[in-house]
Amino acid sequence: MAERERSRTPPFGGVFVAHARVMTADDMGRAILRMAHEIIERNHGLDGVVVVGLQTGGVPVAERLVEALEDIEGLRPPLGYLDVALYRDDIGIRPVVPEAATDLPADIDNSLIVLVDDVLFTGRTIRAAMDAVCDYGRPRSVQLAVMIDRGHRELPIRPDYVGKNLPTRRDEVVDVHPLGVDLGSVEK
Amino acid sequence: MSTAVTTWRHLLGIDGMSRGDIEGILDLTDTFAEVGRRSIPKVPALRGRTVASLFFEDSTRTRMSFETAAKRLSADIMTFTAGSSSLSKGESLRDTVEVIGSYGADAIVVRHAMAGTAHRLADWTDACVINAGDGCHEHPTQALLDCYTLRERRGDLDGMRIGIVGDIRNSRVARSNILAFSLLGAEVVLVAPPTLLPPSIDGWPVTVSHDLDAVLPGLDACYLLRMQRERINEGLVPSLREYATDYGMDARRGGLLAADAVILHPGPTNPGVELTTEVATDPRSVILDQVSNGVSVRMAVLFMLLGSGMDLAPDQSGADQGVDG
Repeated sequence: MAERERSRTPPFGGVFVAHARVMTADDMGRAILRMAHEIIERNHGLDGVVVVGLQTGGVPVAERLVEALEDIEGLRPPLGYLDVALYRDDIGIRPVVPEAATDLPADIDNSLIVLVDDVLFTGRTIRAAMDAVCDYGRPRSVQLAVMIDRGHRELPIRPDYVGKNLPTRRDEVVDVHPLGVDLGSVEK
Repeated sequence: MSTAVTTWRHLLGIDGMSRGDIEGILDLTDTFAEVGRRSIPKVPALRGRTVASLFFEDSTRTRMSFETAAKRLSADIMTFTAGSSSLSKGESLRDTVEVIGSYGADAIVVRHAMAGTAHRLADWTDACVINAGDGCHEHPTQALLDCYTLRERRGDLDGMRIGIVGDIRNSRVARSNILAFSLLGAEVVLVAPPTLLPPSIDGWPVTVSHDLDAVLPGLDACYLLRMQRERINEGLVPSLREYATDYGMDARRGGLLAADAVILHPGPTNPGVELTTEVATDPRSVILDQVSNGVSVRMAVLFMLLGSGMDLAPDQSGADQGVDG
């Protein structure tokens, strides 16, 4: 995902150089487990909960979250995938290409949607995701889980479940991958 | 999903496209097919963009499917109808295009009886030009939707043997499809009477046959072209009935085709000429799938040209610039 972001946003391309490992794989595993407990606590179980991973960076996080929820509660909540490319507000400003088709459970009316993304930054992706979800039905509530909240919000959006709050500079880049989370920059 | 897609300004023809370009559009089409399956089949992707449809020739499905595609993407549509325009006052094509451009059209979908019209338009306007059929030259979105339909049925066109039957000589659908099918790795067989073949097919990646019965058993897909009645007046075939006898798809010929073969037709069909009603409703016939896939493919094309912002990024791949050079 980070790869795609780099190739399609100024300065177009470049190489991601990691400066610091801010979370290890173990840290991520613990954060996932904690967020899973928080989701169950907040919703009094998993009744009606649908986990929705945002294409493409949110998908592996959402999959791990579903695993964790199943381990704790013994039942597996439905998992959906959402591509928000067609709902973005920067179409025509920035290259936008759908990455993979949306695949949500058939009926999301009255469900408790937990949107999952890897990094929360300006909040614009989440704004687009909420618009997209509302085109499919009317969930009872929409909650947001992110592995990293890096700040710099441009919209009044806040996460309900956070893996780690990470203060960053705007020009820094956060890369979430299976081995951990790196903070770095894109070098031309 | 392929990301190394050529940077496009216009869609003028399959000629000049690479296999990766076509596969990129077909991959993108999956996303828009999903939109079409929703209870509210509309996304805000092209809000505020305007698509002008400029049809100098009659069309039902191409025009309606472009307009449906644009509406599903929330674009606005301007419709130009040759009959009720200032063409009757002697307005030139260039004037028409410049006027449409000054109303702020972001894309112009054009069909015209003259080959090369779309290419001319591309020189005259800042809008993206999409060729919806120019004379006997090309009809690229038809080829793309046919490839998508075949891929949906068969998984992959690579190694398929596809017969194209009928009026190859006058068919832009045939030209675009021959190019697209062979780019995707299929083997193309043209089946037609000698009078309906182009004067020369040198350099075309095809083989030719005049005997449909002999070709049918080896085909994975059979593409029936529309037989136009004008051809009778031109003396190219003695009668529609004789054409139907030699090249029409009926139940007997359907029996010669493999059980997993695919029957396609670009529409509108002449029942009893290119194919019988029985064949049109055969489970192997995908004619209605072609129509619904047409909308998804055209959404992908409109989005690619107007919404993806591919033109905003500098050419990173070093790939060729496509057909608009």
